[in-house]
Amino acid sequence: MHTEFVVVEGDFANAGKASSDIKKTLKQLNIDNGKIKKIVVAVYEAEVNAIAHAYGGNIYVDLDSEKISVVIKDKGPGIPDIDLAMQKGYSTASPKVREMGFGAGMGLPNIKNNVDFLDIKTQVGVGTEITMVVNF
Amino acid sequence: MSESYFYHALKINPDICIGCTRCMRNCPTQAIRVRDGRATIYENKCVDCGECYKVCPSGAVFVAEDDFESIYNFKYRVVLMPSVFMGQFPEDISASQIYSVITQLGFTHVMEVETSALIYSGIVNYYISQNEDKKPLISTYCPAIVRLIQVKFPSLVDNLIPIKAPVDLTAMYVRKKLTDDGINPKDIGLFYITPCAAKIAAAKTPVGEDESIIDGVLNMDTMYNMVLKKIKQEGSNYKKKQSANDVSSDGIILTLTNGEKRLTNFKKSFAIDEISNVMEFLEKVENDEIEDLEFLELRACDQGCPGGILTCGNRFLIKDRMMQRAKKWAERERNGVSSRKKEIFSQDEYLIANSQVGKILPRSMMKLDEDINIAFQKLTTIKEIERKLPHTDCNVCGAPSCGALAEDIACNNASLSDCVFVQRNLEVRNSLNIEESIEIMKKIWGEEKLKEFILNK
Repeated sequence: MHTEFVVVEGDFANAGKASSDIKKTLKQLNIDNGKIKKIVVAVYEAEVNAIAHAYGGNIYVDLDSEKISVVIKDKGPGIPDIDLAMQKGYSTASPKVREMGFGAGMGLPNIKNNVDFLDIKTQVGVGTEITMVVNF
Repeated sequence: MSESYFYHALKINPDICIGCTRCMRNCPTQAIRVRDGRATIYENKCVDCGECYKVCPSGAVFVAEDDFESIYNFKYRVVLMPSVFMGQFPEDISASQIYSVITQLGFTHVMEVETSALIYSGIVNYYISQNEDKKPLISTYCPAIVRLIQVKFPSLVDNLIPIKAPVDLTAMYVRKKLTDDGINPKDIGLFYITPCAAKIAAAKTPVGEDESIIDGVLNMDTMYNMVLKKIKQEGSNYKKKQSANDVSSDGIILTLTNGEKRLTNFKKSFAIDEISNVMEFLEKVENDEIEDLEFLELRACDQGCPGGILTCGNRFLIKDRMMQRAKKWAERERNGVSSRKKEIFSQDEYLIANSQVGKILPRSMMKLDEDINIAFQKLTTIKEIERKLPHTDCNVCGAPSCGALAEDIACNNASLSDCVFVQRNLEVRNSLNIEESIEIMKKIWGEEKLKEFILNK
């Protein structure tokens, strides 16, 4: 089953749309509550990341009875140093974004902790594609 | 649907229901459908919040109650009276007058429910301090909220504080006190005056408990009428009975929104009332969007219990009277006329030792099937059906929304042709004739309505 969402740059007000939709679907499938929480937290973080740092993008969700796979593909600017971005507390978020309560530098590390598989493809000036999978 | 999990006090009288869909449109858990021209409740989705009762224009939604005469099955008849009950009466009626009249109605003992308030909040605070890992901890004070979390937010059941409600602690206290005085426990009957349907359901089938300590539940509106009538008849000639001194100022307002939160001391805690507000907030809690959250006091009704469906009078007036009474009490406590530490504290060890409820289990109403493969098939079907529906949420199919109809169809509780748009589509393609369409509408809206508005006009 395939679903898509659009992420608009700077639209924090609508952060959480994709994760809430995914949550509802997984509840219908009677997936373990702990697993639902993991994927929802990871997708929410990724949504906020794309809203805060990227020039918008898309979320593609693919679901079968064994796993959920979520791809967040944005339109740039890309991550120059991926190892640094994976460190807890490291953030390039602007003061404005931080004022709104985001940008604590926990995004990518938090995603990694919550999923079974994480792959980040990034190219500066082009964009970032994050693939995450949680097995049921 | 599947087997029923618990008792519901909210019921619909099919002889009075006019099939107007108001309850269905306002039900926060989409638990209502129209069939044969009448509203019907999916019992496993209902959380007894009472929104349907509030919006019903014909009085078809009602709250089942125990027969008042059943109090006489007991030699000692204790009425458990919540402070919100007193709040309903106008200022010129005193507490002692209410105590006097309620005794004359047939009770041998009057005990205010919030007598156990300080013991309750002490136990709750201790539990929270011992369960850091389960934060945010959610109060179980409001039984509609407990059920809402069980059916709609099952991932949060472990965050619920498994402590008995004040009414149960007070009931335990009275029973112990009277038994200690030498009364046979079998002769003691405890009757609770309830402001809402959820508390009846909780008393009949307590969550996490085998059986209730309460012997009967009396609806607050019924009791209000009985008491007020007697007061009016007697005028000022009533026999004076001193109102008891068991409840403290904190107890009187425990039942108001913020009544619990104000007795806690956490950096980040919220008191939220009204069921749609609660649901909006719980979505965020479930997503871990709110950091460092420690405690949540959640109430299904606006203003807390004064907003209960069985209270009489305006909830803001009731709340104000309760605040005034608490203020008076607090002044007496400050002046040393009365102590905050009441007689109930002599039994605190007994109450603390027996305050835990059993495990509160999730019982998701969202799941389409236990088996993930079947659930997945149904979900695929739902998505396919949703594409065929107009998303007008017009209710003509007897479901609250196109999404709910799609789910009903996938679970074999409805047909695609229940949708009027689909019916027209089938007619255009000559797959359905007008008689067949009317037959479908008859199943949903009943023969009378069809006759009245389509066949006889």
